[in-house]
Amino acid sequence: MSELCVDVRGLTRRFGDFVAVDNVDFEIRAGRIFGFLGPNGAGKSTTIRMLLGIVRPSEGQGRVLGYDILKESAQIRARVGYMAQKFSLYEDLTPSENLDFFAGLSGLEGAAWHKRRDLVVEMVKLGDYLTEMTGSLPGGVRQRLALAVTLLHEPELIFLDEPTGNVDPALRRYFWELIVQLSQAGKTVMVTSHYMDEVERCDKICFIHSGKLIGEGSPRELKSNTIKKELLSLSTSRRAEAMQVLKGIKGVENPFPAGTSIRFLFDGNRTELEELLKRERFSSEELEQARPNLEDVFIYLSKEGVA
Amino acid sequence: MQDLRCTYPGGTEALRGVSFEVKEAELFGFVGPDGAGKTTLIKILAGLVAHEGTIDAAFSPDEVGYIPQRFSLYTDLSVRENVDFFQGLYPRRERSRYPEELLEFIGLARFQDRLAGALSGGMKQKLALVCALVHGPKVLLMDEPTVGVDPVSRREFLSLVFELQKEGLTVVSSTPYMDEAEQFDRVVLLHDGRILLNGTVDELRGSVEGVVMRVYATDPLSTQRRALKLDYIRDAQLFGDRVHVFLHMDPEQACRRLSHDLELPSSEIERAEYSIEDIFLIQTGKQRV
Repeated sequence: MSELCVDVRGLTRRFGDFVAVDNVDFEIRAGRIFGFLGPNGAGKSTTIRMLLGIVRPSEGQGRVLGYDILKESAQIRARVGYMAQKFSLYEDLTPSENLDFFAGLSGLEGAAWHKRRDLVVEMVKLGDYLTEMTGSLPGGVRQRLALAVTLLHEPELIFLDEPTGNVDPALRRYFWELIVQLSQAGKTVMVTSHYMDEVERCDKICFIHSGKLIGEGSPRELKSNTIKKELLSLSTSRRAEAMQVLKGIKGVENPFPAGTSIRFLFDGNRTELEELLKRERFSSEELEQARPNLEDVFIYLSKEGVA
Repeated sequence: MQDLRCTYPGGTEALRGVSFEVKEAELFGFVGPDGAGKTTLIKILAGLVAHEGTIDAAFSPDEVGYIPQRFSLYTDLSVRENVDFFQGLYPRRERSRYPEELLEFIGLARFQDRLAGALSGGMKQKLALVCALVHGPKVLLMDEPTVGVDPVSRREFLSLVFELQKEGLTVVSSTPYMDEAEQFDRVVLLHDGRILLNGTVDELRGSVEGVVMRVYATDPLSTQRRALKLDYIRDAQLFGDRVHVFLHMDPEQACRRLSHDLELPSSEIERAEYSIEDIFLIQTGKQRV
């Protein structure tokens, strides 16, 4: 499966003097999970809205599912599912009524609709809540309803804007199982998240910062090729003290506690570092090379990749 | 706090008997999913919600700083105006801190004149922190302060909290991010209005049996499938290019057997710690151990 589902070139959006999205190129192959990451305000949501044809690009062009984002946005919207960051369903309707309403908008009716509804309700495990008032449901259930509505019309491409923002760990894992299932069924998923552990499951990731793409690749490529300095980890029971000491050493950057150890970037002479740590009674055996994770990559790119 | 209970009008039992202690200058965290009772607990501590049970507090109500879950500052006032307003609310001024000094420390000095509504998510949280601290509280209560905040801003925010704690501030915070809980001195794992576990992260880890081995694989999916077929493992989960294998075995022996059975070099297999998320899922019966 190598068909391009999304293909954008030079995508730019300005709001007055502010450049929200700056000359962005990327492509997504059909059936893949594409992670779109970046700090708050980096331009993620604006980019998604341009792909949906809701926000018009100031410059650039692109195709989504083969349709031109400038001229054929109605065709695009009929074929994609979009789950917004903010819950945007009717709180004074029940889940069942919300589903009926949105099915009506996509022209689903009759027996086909009933079959589809049962399938979607089963998929997101919504059966117990169908007749309660949506506004009084717990956040996790509402999030499942939002996903159900997004999937109703069997979209080929699904945009999920922070779908796991504030949900239970068990549900978070379940959401990702569903995302993987959708991709195995040939659907394409574009997802944003602030949880760096879950985006490991993406096939490809783009990092956006201040409107510009600053990193791109599979999680494996990003982890092995991005960080140009040494990533070290110091295990210690004297965490606060170790933070203080590390902050005073030349070449040490961004020390941050991670459980019982402190991770930091190092650009300098390793022997000197060990010497300095020994002087403060930190054994060099507790210092080791760490394998970068995606959070390390995110922090590195946000701080260094912009230049 | 002894046997705290809270039932909301309408009959929702938010807390069903919760007891714990917070020590001075401790970084204390409530961790749990949506609806576990975190917000109710923080609100009780802030004196905002009626409850049953007793609270024995070594501080007075005006010695508490509170950051609620929703951004609740004036979006149409500037950063500085918000800070001045909150400082003016507290008549007892002797402990209060200079706004200039605080804004400098938190890194908002450059943005004093910006409208609060025009700040990014991370900066809004920093402003909420300044406003909660400007009257010089002994205890800082924060309700999910890092939700929706990107990893960089999240680290910056937490680093500031660590600094404050070092100066002697007691911090009680809630978070749905299980990984964030690893930074706390002590954690209460909440579920359905009850305490599941209470202790340091190491104590929490000690509450579950077995070990986790982290396996780095070039073809993680097939490695996971092969691992799931081994009769001596409890579970195998996929985390990107790693597979976490849960088993009851001596770690060195586990490494040898996995290396042999999965045909991977032993350098690609290492012992990992249970994450708080693992512990939560195990304790709520949603994960096999």
